[in-house]
Amino acid sequence: MPDTASLPLLDPLNNETLDRLMRAIPFARLLGVGATTGDDGKIIARMPYADHLIGNPRLPALHGGTIGAFLEMTAIAQLLADMSGPGLPKTIDITIDYLRSGRPRDTFARAVVAKHGRRVANVRVEAWQDDPTRPIATAHGHFMLPEAPETEEA
Amino acid sequence: MSDDGEKPKLIGELIGDNRQMLLAAIPFAVATGMSVSDVGPARATLTLPWREDLVGDPRSGVLHGGMITALIDNACGTAVICSLSKMTSIATLDLRIDYLRPATPGETVIVDAEVYRSTRSIAFVRALAHHGDKDKAVAHAVATFMLGANKAPINRTIAREVEQNA
Repeated sequence: MPDTASLPLLDPLNNETLDRLMRAIPFARLLGVGATTGDDGKIIARMPYADHLIGNPRLPALHGGTIGAFLEMTAIAQLLADMSGPGLPKTIDITIDYLRSGRPRDTFARAVVAKHGRRVANVRVEAWQDDPTRPIATAHGHFMLPEAPETEEA
Repeated sequence: MSDDGEKPKLIGELIGDNRQMLLAAIPFAVATGMSVSDVGPARATLTLPWREDLVGDPRSGVLHGGMITALIDNACGTAVICSLSKMTSIATLDLRIDYLRPATPGETVIVDAEVYRSTRSIAFVRALAHHGDKDKAVAHAVATFMLGANKAPINRTIAREVEQNA
């Protein structure tokens, strides 16, 4: 198994480090997911339309799984942006509500960390296409945070 | 004795050896390498071989949680299709996934999904993702689907195939 590649740290958070991070995650590359940060430190993630993301070619509509995965990625990206240490948050659970079918066009998402505890964070995420006030899907989930690095040797 | 002859057969019983068609028309399922290993009256088993481009953490080689989500979503949808007597469009209303342990790098993920209750307009589904040992499941999920979500059937080819077999 690959053991040598390491994920870049997001410290300080800027669009270049965020982009490097997304490119370091193979499945994020497959979905084409990228992210930028606003002045408020909030991430806007983007999943550009691609033919292989389709789930129902007759409508056509994006595969629900790609939307779910994109929401989960956005939540994790926002948690990483808020963290200072290394390591990846791990998903404990996620609940996705599908509100509208995803049209064959770019999808955007943003996350709100509702509670950032010492070990667990609760995050809400929303995805939209043309109109941010008309989300196509929302999700909320719990994430296990990586243990804070020891400050001194025991 | 039995009145089975009166009941319309379900797609899960009719599709038989044509079960791969359930995914062939779904570009994302094809792109990620999902396949249907088994179907029944209201259930489906999907498998996903490990692949490097589906990984979430390149240090460990563990599949991305979102990939498991997508596989479970597809398995649940396939189980719903198998529970119907005629092809109709379906839409996921919600999907909750509990990640019980990380998927083992290099191992195929198997998802067993079953419709445990369905009404005229809603199907309730549960699913388990594992590597062959259900006592060491990777993820557990529940989902609800709307039936007859829109006018376009998801796949006319499957619909035709099922009608021919009926």
